[in-house]
Amino acid sequence: MNFPLFPPAASTIAPQTDLLFIVLVAVSALVLAVIFIPTIYFLIKYRRGRRVDRRMPELPSFKIEVTWTLITLVIFLGLYAWASEVYLKIETPPADALELNVVGKQWMWKIEHPEGISEIDQLHIPIGQNVKLILASQDVIHSFFIPAFRVKEDVVPGRYTTEWFCATEPGTYHLFCSQYCGANHAQMIGQVIAMDPAAYQRWLTQKSPGVTLAQRGAKLFRDLGCSGCHMGNSIVHAPRLEGLYGKPVPLANGQVVVADDTYIRDCILTPQLRVPGGYPPVMPTFQGHVTEDELFQLTAYIKSLATATVEGGQP
Amino acid sequence: MRHAALKVQFDSLEQQHEASRLGLWLFLATEYLFFGGLFLAYTVYHLLYPQAFAEAGKHTNLLCGSINAALLLTSGLTMSLGVAAIRRGASDISALWIGLTILLALAFLGVKGAEYADDIHKHLVPGSAFALSQVPSAQIFFYLYWLMTALHALHVIAGVGFMLIVLWLAKRGKFSPQYHSPVEFAGIYWGFVDVIWIFLYPLLYLLDRHT
Amino acid sequence: MNALQEKLAVEIPAEDYLHCEHGLKSWLLTKDHKRIGLLYLFSILFFFALAAFAAAMMRAELLTPKGDLLIPTDYNKMFTMHGVLMVWFFLIPSIPGVLGNFILPLMLGARDLAFPRLNLLSWYLFIIGGFMALHAIVIGGVDTGWTFYTPYSTTYSNTHVVEMAAGVFVAGFSSILTGLNFIITIHKMRAPGLTWFRLPLFVWSMYSTSLILVLATPVLAMTLTLMAVERIWHVGIFNPALGGDPVLFQHLFWFYSHPAVYIMILPGMGVASEIVTCFSRKKIFGYEFVAFSSIAIALLGFLVWGHHMFVSSMSAYAGAVFSLMSFLVAVPSAIKVFNWTMTLYKGSISLDTPMIYLLGFIALFAIGGLTGIFLACLAEDVHLHDTYFVIAHFHYIMVGGMVTTFMAGLHYWWPKITGRMYPEKLGQLAALILFGGFNLTFFPQYILGFLGMPRRYHAYPPEFQIYNVLSTAGASILAIGYLMPAFYLVWSLRNGKRAGPNPWGATGLEWKTSSPPPKHNFHETPVVTEDAYNYPPLID
Repeated sequence: MNFPLFPPAASTIAPQTDLLFIVLVAVSALVLAVIFIPTIYFLIKYRRGRRVDRRMPELPSFKIEVTWTLITLVIFLGLYAWASEVYLKIETPPADALELNVVGKQWMWKIEHPEGISEIDQLHIPIGQNVKLILASQDVIHSFFIPAFRVKEDVVPGRYTTEWFCATEPGTYHLFCSQYCGANHAQMIGQVIAMDPAAYQRWLTQKSPGVTLAQRGAKLFRDLGCSGCHMGNSIVHAPRLEGLYGKPVPLANGQVVVADDTYIRDCILTPQLRVPGGYPPVMPTFQGHVTEDELFQLTAYIKSLATATVEGGQP
Repeated sequence: MRHAALKVQFDSLEQQHEASRLGLWLFLATEYLFFGGLFLAYTVYHLLYPQAFAEAGKHTNLLCGSINAALLLTSGLTMSLGVAAIRRGASDISALWIGLTILLALAFLGVKGAEYADDIHKHLVPGSAFALSQVPSAQIFFYLYWLMTALHALHVIAGVGFMLIVLWLAKRGKFSPQYHSPVEFAGIYWGFVDVIWIFLYPLLYLLDRHT
Repeated sequence: MNALQEKLAVEIPAEDYLHCEHGLKSWLLTKDHKRIGLLYLFSILFFFALAAFAAAMMRAELLTPKGDLLIPTDYNKMFTMHGVLMVWFFLIPSIPGVLGNFILPLMLGARDLAFPRLNLLSWYLFIIGGFMALHAIVIGGVDTGWTFYTPYSTTYSNTHVVEMAAGVFVAGFSSILTGLNFIITIHKMRAPGLTWFRLPLFVWSMYSTSLILVLATPVLAMTLTLMAVERIWHVGIFNPALGGDPVLFQHLFWFYSHPAVYIMILPGMGVASEIVTCFSRKKIFGYEFVAFSSIAIALLGFLVWGHHMFVSSMSAYAGAVFSLMSFLVAVPSAIKVFNWTMTLYKGSISLDTPMIYLLGFIALFAIGGLTGIFLACLAEDVHLHDTYFVIAHFHYIMVGGMVTTFMAGLHYWWPKITGRMYPEKLGQLAALILFGGFNLTFFPQYILGFLGMPRRYHAYPPEFQIYNVLSTAGASILAIGYLMPAFYLVWSLRNGKRAGPNPWGATGLEWKTSSPPPKHNFHETPVVTEDAYNYPPLID
């Protein structure tokens, strides 16, 4: 009979949260011993009917109360500080991470690699490489949970959320949706396949459809008519997108925002909200006309223009 | 000899009155918390979408809102006068003031009804026919407008009901300087209805009107 | 006539509250807090049975890794029904509605609560809400989970969400009015000489619970209203397509639902203080600390709601604040556990049924509370959130904590309520069976959660099966632990040994009147001159 107690530990974070877990178990065992042992002792020694000295001594009860309160508080604050430190690591993706896009929808996961590979319910990643997932939901709230990596993050419709990890052991690990999302929530599962970097490269080459995510985005950009205003010669005074990604954008209301994935998504879906300074608020909304994976494609394309320069005349 | 209005679980009229008054204030605390959720939602979305709120806020009916503010605040005065009168034992005068309060409250509801009709005519109802659909998130402002004012109006109606009962009891001579708790309580409840409107009015009608 | 009778200008009948009036009307239109307590007892047990049935179905499904007993939507409806009925129609009303209603006025030396008619209205609101919830179940059920997260509940679910939410909304007003009644009663109707610091700790707990009932429940009412309006009219503030924020729902929902769990446990802690003192024949260690801990838990409990949302896309810094507050709220609970343990020191301890339940409570509450610390640790919660670890944690507190103390209190005050004693040996046996069955059911779930099994899954990977089988086996034993008291308590109504006013030799005003008490509780209003738990010194 197999009684597993530990899931596989296959990320850089896993040993850190596992150490915290073990310490928590140890502290809990200690506290329980401090409660149970005296309790059992008192139950036996002071059982009704036993002849034993029950005269209550003058106990410094206020001091006792303060002492056990302070000890509890100190232990708690220590755990808090430690856990918060590890948490900030979990929530801060490193800048050099490989970015993958994930769309969650009832009841499947679609993972898009920048090389153009699309996976359903499977995530191939290299070990030893920081990987950051940009998560989008097509419908309800989901959650991308990889127990072996000890990470999860909710996937919330209407925004992008992120999750990062660095796998350390090659292997196949569970992927679960861990935010109840309707009928087939328990079937919204898959596998994370961590590979040696060389094997991962071979997989990329083997599976590559020949069209990258950015190239698919370029096609969509034309098909949806975006290029009509944003590229070449246009009578519409629309911002040029070459060199835009990652740069600060002064808005019409005086604020300055960075042109990141969220800003681009907002511009496509709710263009009236954060109009860039100096431009008329005439861009139509594409809400309901683009899916989350199409938004990823468009963003990938605009990202690929980050190092391009403007062609044609219009400033 | 126990007073006719003294309930069996209490030892004195004073204890009964204090218990009932504390109970009413506690109940009003729950009402404030009930509306609190809506005020929180308003605050959150106002901070998220200041322009949408500013634009949408221009379309509420300032005239109706202001008339209603005047009606409601005046009714607060008349209700206080009603309570003061009953404390002196002047039941008939108190009944007059309470009756006037009821009329002012009904006028409030009438104006509100007319305003709603006008809002519907102007398609300021969130949904597919929403007039301001080109302003994203203006729907949220109007969603909150309808919900907050409708909920407030329901409480006005409840207050009118409360006051009608008190009026009936006053006319039947049930109150005296020693015992007039229901009148006081109707007054305190009416004060709550007023306070909610004092917050609703600027948030829904006065937002960004100067621009 | 004695002085009190003169005061009331009525005659107090010689029979007790159970026998002074007969007929259905005398029960359904009663203003007697004691009868209302019994009305609550029958109603909550009914809902408990339904919710337990749902749990049985879930545990049966989970015996095997495949989803082969129920179709997925039906399983989802089961866990929703289990959660909604257990939370709002069993746990929240249980100790306040049954023991609070019955015992509180007696403990205060009062003739009834401040507002008896309001008390009856509370029960009717509970029943109406319950019928609405039942109706929602009967016409097809709800599959959103008891947490009703948007946008699934507002836009995507095809089940009877609004009807269920309406039932909970109405039942919420039952909670608010009960809390209001208790607060006013405690402030205004204490017997002469019964100052705040002479009150039994059960009263302090009920006061703290009532603060939460009154302040938190209105927010639930508004949250459900917002969700229902959005669902009915398809416009709302949680819909991202309109610029709304689905996570705002979570903030509003948990702002109520976290304090709600303190509504569930605080009364149980109050019962614990009464039992540990009586069965050690000693006053409580650290009275003021235990009393103030109840208030501290009630207040701090309002500041921790975000710990349900650490991975919801809330900012990490907000998470850090909520985590800190969650550690702080655990401190007063720890203080109580230490104080109860110290109370045993130099006591004269008797292991009657209520005491066995109490000892089980301390063990299970300590374990459940400590696993709460695991979850308060931000980094650990990232892994454990939405897994079976959380389910195990809250069942240790709610079942191991609250239900155990409910059983303890029911047994302790059974002679006062019915005038009869239950069979002691059967009581002790049932308490032990409950303890054993409970641990077997829920301890494996901690392991399942750490291994990564998510919540609300009716099918799972095969390596999780062994713990699921153990858990289901435990649930069958737990069921026996519940069924035994159901039988012998009913048996005792006719056949139990008759109890005198104070079969336990306990302190407290409720033991100074007959068992069962007369309709207006006391023939003469008691006057209090001593502290609580003023047992005579124990010398051999």
